[in-house]
Amino acid sequence: MLGRLSWAAIPFNEPIPLYTGVVVVLIILGVLGLITMKGWWPYLWREWLTSVDHKRIGIMYFALALVMLLRGFSDAIMMRSQQAIAVGGAQGYLPPDHFDQIFSAHGTIMIFFVAMPLIVGLMNFVVPLQLGVRDVAFPVLNSVSFWLTASAALLVNVSLVVGNFARTGWMNYPPLSELAYSPDVGVEYYLWPLQISGIGTLLAGVNMVTTILKLRAPGMTYFRMPVFCWTALSSSMLMVAAFPILTATFVMLLLDRHLGMHFFTNEAGGSAMMYVNLFWAWGHPEVYILILPMFGVYSEVVATFSGRALFSYRSMVLATLAICVLSFTVWLHHFFTMGAGADVNAFFGIMSSIIAVPTGVKVFNWLFTIYHGRVVYKPPILWAIGFMVTFVIGGMTGVLLAVPPVDFELHNSVFLVAHFHNVIIGGVVFGAMAGYNYWFPKAFGFTLDEWWGKASFWCWLVGFYFAFVPLYVLGLEGMTRRLQHIADPSWQPMLLVAELGALLIFLGILCQLVQLIISIRTRESRRDVTGDPWNGRTLEWATTSPPPAYNFAVLPHVETIDAFWDMKQRGVAHIAPTYEAIEMPRNTPIGFVTAFFATIGGFAAIWSIWWLAILGLLAIVIAAMVFGWSDDREREIPASEMARMEQAARQGRPA
Amino acid sequence: MTTAVSEAPNVEFVHRPDADGPAPTRIVVAYGFWIFLLSDFIMFSGLFATYAVLSGETAGGPTARELFNLRHVFIETMCLLFSSYTCGLGMLSAVRQHRDRFLVFAALTFVLGAAFLFIEITEFAGMVARGAAPSRSAFLSSFFALVGMHGAHVTTGLVWLTYMVAQAVFKGLRPDVIRRLFCFSLFWHALDIIWVGVLTLVYLMGAR
Repeated sequence: MLGRLSWAAIPFNEPIPLYTGVVVVLIILGVLGLITMKGWWPYLWREWLTSVDHKRIGIMYFALALVMLLRGFSDAIMMRSQQAIAVGGAQGYLPPDHFDQIFSAHGTIMIFFVAMPLIVGLMNFVVPLQLGVRDVAFPVLNSVSFWLTASAALLVNVSLVVGNFARTGWMNYPPLSELAYSPDVGVEYYLWPLQISGIGTLLAGVNMVTTILKLRAPGMTYFRMPVFCWTALSSSMLMVAAFPILTATFVMLLLDRHLGMHFFTNEAGGSAMMYVNLFWAWGHPEVYILILPMFGVYSEVVATFSGRALFSYRSMVLATLAICVLSFTVWLHHFFTMGAGADVNAFFGIMSSIIAVPTGVKVFNWLFTIYHGRVVYKPPILWAIGFMVTFVIGGMTGVLLAVPPVDFELHNSVFLVAHFHNVIIGGVVFGAMAGYNYWFPKAFGFTLDEWWGKASFWCWLVGFYFAFVPLYVLGLEGMTRRLQHIADPSWQPMLLVAELGALLIFLGILCQLVQLIISIRTRESRRDVTGDPWNGRTLEWATTSPPPAYNFAVLPHVETIDAFWDMKQRGVAHIAPTYEAIEMPRNTPIGFVTAFFATIGGFAAIWSIWWLAILGLLAIVIAAMVFGWSDDREREIPASEMARMEQAARQGRPA
Repeated sequence: MTTAVSEAPNVEFVHRPDADGPAPTRIVVAYGFWIFLLSDFIMFSGLFATYAVLSGETAGGPTARELFNLRHVFIETMCLLFSSYTCGLGMLSAVRQHRDRFLVFAALTFVLGAAFLFIEITEFAGMVARGAAPSRSAFLSSFFALVGMHGAHVTTGLVWLTYMVAQAVFKGLRPDVIRRLFCFSLFWHALDIIWVGVLTLVYLMGAR
């Protein structure tokens, strides 16, 4: 009746997950209680949970990512602490079984539930505004995508209290992840949620590609699109092209585990290396899915805060598309040691090095934009400059790792760990923070505090170097990754420095929280009444902050790249147009309902409660059919109401 | 999603092909569905690649040559290809608002699809009965996964078709219903394309 679920699933004898779980549950209950007491449910339900507004959904993606960042970062600091103290005779405070779960959960959460929601959230919020349109191509699907991601994030975190998580590392390689070697629900807690969020991500990608290719303001040709839209397009195309491979791979592993098949087993002709190949055929494009939109953020930030157009727009676009294509030709560099032979390794080594060329083009474009520009040192550009320095270092260690003989030495060492944290923190996280500081006033109508923003930046930047330069050194000295115990005491000083770095990053995160709280408390004095706090160049700054649900009362007409800058130069940016009635999609609970049943079905599947899993799936199908039957999906906003709302919103703006 | 584009009086409007702004819903929906289908093709390509690698790994069990009956596969293929033809005729009838003709072609499509599925399930059951279950060898795992995934898609298609017929009957052949029918028809034809790949790679090359 309840599959494999029993009271034994609750870790009563393991104090760390138990107490953490209790605290998390108490916090969740507290938040829910506060919402109930204040009577906020109707507002939340009406305006957020059922919203199909791309801006609200983007903000919810971002909020989900920030909460998950706290979880993933707690894992990080636990690992750093364990490695710093479990040296020589000391065993530290984390037993191997728990340590293995932590590094698996850290990677899984950081990639799928921090980095992905960060970029999907930014794209959701920014792209339709930059394209000068009113929403994405499929607003309801957008809501479904978000809630599926949230459902998966919830399921992964349930593993903290009910059962346990995988001990296989975030790549979940077989044969270790096969039933024979991972018989309990740990791997299930990895596979099922990632299948759910994978569908969400795929649909988000489909939505974004369609939006960018089919919905643009009048006059916005491809080569007038902001660079962020180009990078969002490339990233979304990679989502459409790469995520189905992951889905197929996980289907096969699930078939191995539940129906005794032999895709990746050691017996009956299965091939574990098939999994590794398929995984990275998704996994390498995935890193470009993450980094490309951030290249777009940096392009917007660098141009805006240098007060001039981006240097060589076309080469930036071409470099983006080149990276998009090349990202599919390098996956084997993740396992040069597989033994594919010198020729194959040489090919993939050369292809991997070639990717540095378009990336280098981009770095020079940003530098040339800053050169001769008048840089205004606000937090967003600090993150961008910090990125340029940090990412180039990460890129160079990447080119080093792309040389197969070097890789044979450094494979699976903490040098590799330092490399990919260097590019992911220095590239993706810094980019998300730049975007957060840059677009926050657009999203909420007030700017973020600069002092705390800068403090956060410096803590993150310095903390990053303290945390990961020691790992480069230790990697060269031969320290492998994922060590629960350090046998060589001479490594301890460096590990203590790395621990200090992690604490500095923690300070950076605290500064961000303080920045947010202070900014909210002083919001009245920091209102952005113009809608254009940074003297921006692209269309998102043409509308009010926060934008109305329909973004633009009248779709703007685009004449050039940097359309809003052009309008301001010509003095036509703020002339009131004639309003006409428009139609907007109605909010709908279908996304929330789908995710609700997906959560139940997913939990049931994890614990092999098959009847409930099938019921969950059936409920989703029925909910989709009911929604598909409804006719009243749009509402009309009359011209008179448009004019009234617009006049009220635009009072503080320059004439 | 609105498609109405209004003109700002203060900016002169020069007509260009790109100047029209957002595409109409009909185009956006079909285009988005095409992109989704491409992703489906890529998922199948993962299964195809796996089959290509593992098809020789029979682990001493039955081989493709011993298992496949090309006569059944031929009938199966004809059912599916003709169902695509009737689906196309059904779409043409729907666009021309010939409701009864549409219903006849939809019924034919359903029957042919169901016949395909019946033959496939019979084939699977026969293989399992002869000791060629998916857990027997890596070859059989990849065979059942690839062909079974296609079968699961056909099943989904049959459910979707039934639902669309209900919409056509109760809501009439309105533009939004036609739009969804168009997506269904794209899906159904896409399954044909996948099947041609299955037929070639799995059955024809396997039965050599």
